[in-house]
Amino acid sequence: MGRYVIRRLIQMAPVFIGSTFLIFMMVFALGDPVAALFGDKAPDPATAARIREELYLDQPLWKQYLHYMGQIFQGDFGTAFNGQPVTELMAAAYPVTLRLTMVAIFIELVVGITLGVLSGLKRGHFIDSSVLVLTLVVISIPTFVSGYVLQYLFGVKWDVIRPTVSVDAPLNELILPGIVLALVSLAYVTRLTRTSIAENVRADYLRTAVAKGLPRRRIITRHLLRNSLIPVVTFIGTDIGSLMGGAIVTETIFNIHGVGYQIYQGILRNNAPTVVGFVTILVIVFLIANLLVDLLYAVLDPRIRYA
Amino acid sequence: MPLLEVRDLHVEFHTRDGVAKAVNGVSYSVDAGETLAVLGESGSGKSVTAQAIMGILDIPPGKITGGEILFQGRDLLKLKEDERRKVRGAEMAMIFQDALSSLNPVLSVGDQLGEMFVVHRGMSKKDAKAKAVELMDRVRIPAAKERVGQYPHQFSGGMRQRIMIAMAMALEPALIIADEPTTALDVTVQAQVMDLLAELQQEFHMGLILITHDLGVVADVADKIAVMYAGRIVEHAPVHDIYKAPAHPYTRGLLDSIPRLDQKGEELYAIKGLPPNLMAIPPGCAFNPRCPRAQDICRTDEPPLFRVTEDGARRSACHFWRETLRDA
Ligand SMILES: Nc1ncnc2c1ncn2[C@@H]1O[C@H](COP(=O)(O)OP(=O)(O)O)[C@@H](O)[C@H]1O
Ligand code: SF4
Ligand SMILES: [Mg+2]
Repeated sequence: MGRYVIRRLIQMAPVFIGSTFLIFMMVFALGDPVAALFGDKAPDPATAARIREELYLDQPLWKQYLHYMGQIFQGDFGTAFNGQPVTELMAAAYPVTLRLTMVAIFIELVVGITLGVLSGLKRGHFIDSSVLVLTLVVISIPTFVSGYVLQYLFGVKWDVIRPTVSVDAPLNELILPGIVLALVSLAYVTRLTRTSIAENVRADYLRTAVAKGLPRRRIITRHLLRNSLIPVVTFIGTDIGSLMGGAIVTETIFNIHGVGYQIYQGILRNNAPTVVGFVTILVIVFLIANLLVDLLYAVLDPRIRYA
Repeated sequence: MPLLEVRDLHVEFHTRDGVAKAVNGVSYSVDAGETLAVLGESGSGKSVTAQAIMGILDIPPGKITGGEILFQGRDLLKLKEDERRKVRGAEMAMIFQDALSSLNPVLSVGDQLGEMFVVHRGMSKKDAKAKAVELMDRVRIPAAKERVGQYPHQFSGGMRQRIMIAMAMALEPALIIADEPTTALDVTVQAQVMDLLAELQQEFHMGLILITHDLGVVADVADKIAVMYAGRIVEHAPVHDIYKAPAHPYTRGLLDSIPRLDQKGEELYAIKGLPPNLMAIPPGCAFNPRCPRAQDICRTDEPPLFRVTEDGARRSACHFWRETLRDA
C-alpha cells in the first residue's frame, strides 16, 4: 500500500506541473499586469520597467513560472489587487468553499443514495418512475437557473432564509446554496446508485445470499449495499474536487466569499497571483481527493487491494 | 416418506414477450442418502425446478402456478416466508455452477462461511470464524487457517467451488441441490470436486439432487435419473437401467451424444433441431418435431408418464416406449 501511494504521488507531479503551467500561461495572456496596477493612468515607463524587473516580468515565461513556483513552495503566493497577501484571501475563502462543498456532498450522500436505493429496489414502480423524471428535470436545469429561482422563492417570496450569505458564511446559511451546488451531481448520484443496485440485485452472489437463508435486511445491507455503493462512494470522492472548483456560479448567486468569488475577482482585476494561487491550491486539492478516492476504492474492493 | 417429494410442479415466467411455461408438471423425489441426477438440455427447466424447491425463484417474473413441494412431510409452498427462510441454508442448501460469481466479491470467504453460523445458530463472529476454518479443512483447502481471511478472487476455480460446497454443508442440511457444480471447472478438477461432493453426501447421509447436462458425470454418482424436456420429466429410471436401455427417444439421443473413446474421429451425434420455445410448446409430445420415431399421435396426444416397470420406478413419457426399449 505504501509503495502504491508513493507511485501515485510521483505520477501526480507531471499533472500538477502541466496544469499549473497552463494556468500560468493563460493568466499571462490576460493582459499586462503592470498596466493593470496603474488602472486608467498610463504608468511612467521607468517605474513600469522597475516593477517588471522586480516581478520577473522581463524574463521568459518558463523562468517566471519557475520563480513563481519557487515562491509558492516557500509559502509566498504574492499580493492581491487590494494589497493583501493572497494567502490571507485563501485562508478566508477556502474554509467557506470547503464548508459549502461539505454541505453539498452530505446532501448528495443522504438524498442521492436513499433515492437511488429506493428506485433501484423498486424498479418500474411508481417511486422509480418519479425519481427518474425528477432526476431528468434536475439534470436539464442549469445551476444558475435553479440557483436564482430557489433564491427568489426561499429568500424573497417566502422569506424563510437570507437571500445572500453573510461574510463568515455560517453552516445554516449554506444549506440552500449547498442544495443548489449539489443538484446536478445529486441527480447523477441517484442514477448511479439506481443502476448499481439494479445490477447487483440480479447478481449471482445475491441469489446465494438468499439461498443461505439470510434475513432480507442483512442481504440488503451486508451484501447488496456493500457492493453497489463502491462506484457511488468513489464518484462522490472525485466530485469533491469538481464541486470546489464548480462552486463559482453558486457562490456568485448567493454572494458567498469563497474560492470561486476570489478567482472571479482576480480575473476581473487582472490579478495574476490571486488567480494562479487559488487555482494551484485547487489543483492540489483535486489531486489529493483523487488519490484518496483510489485508496478508498482499494479499501472497499478487495479485488483491487489484492490485484 | 421420502425426504423431498415434488408433486406436479408448475412454474411460469411472465415477461414482456409472453408467458414462458418453464416447468409443466414435474414430480420427483429424493430419499436421505440418495442421489437423483436431473438431466436435460439447457432451458429444460432443471434450474427453475431447483429454485422453486429452494424458494429462490425470481418472483416476479416467475410464478408457481401449481403443485406441492413436500420436504420432511411439510409443504414448503404453504410456509410463511420467515419459516421458509429458516429452512433455506440450514435444512436444504444449494451449490451453484459459477462459484466466482456466486460468492460475494467483497467479503472474505471466512465471513461468508461464518455467516451461516451467525445467522442460523446465533454464534459469535469469533466462534463462527473457527467454524469456517473447520469447514475449509473439511473440504480439503490447504492452509485453511491462513486463507480464511482471503477473498474469493484469490482462490482457484476448484478451490472456490470447494468453498461453495463447504458453505452448503455448513449446517449439515438434509438435502443438497447441486446445479451443474462442475460445469464451470477445468476438466482436471471436475472429478475431484465431484468426488468430494459424493463423499460428503455419504458421510452425512444427505439427499442430493445433482443437476447436469453431462450424462458422463452421472453414472458413478447417481442412484436414479430424471430426464427433463421442455419443463417435463420425460424419463425417470434407476441409473443402470437407463444406460443399458433408454425408454425414451430423447434419452436415447442424449446417450448417443456422449463422446466415447471407441468413436474417436467419428463425428459426434447430436439431436437435430432446437429445444422448443417455452412460450409455444408444440401440442402433443413436446419432443415430436425432433423425434426420429414421431407418428401422427405424437402431434396430437400428449403422452402421460407411462409406467415402464410395475413399481413405477421406471417411467417414460413416450407413446412408443416399448418400441424404444426393444430397439435399444
Ligand atoms: N428469471 C427468469 N426470467 C424469465 N424467464 C426465465 C427466468 N429463469 C428461467 N426462465 C425461463 O425458464 C426456462 C428454463 O430455465 P432453466 O430452468 O434455467 O433451464 P436449465 O434446464 O438450463 O436449468 C428458460 O429457458 C427461460 O425461458
Ligand atoms: S411420444 Fe412420439 S414424439 Fe414423443 S418421444 Fe415418443 S415417439 Fe417421439
Ligand atoms: Mg440451469
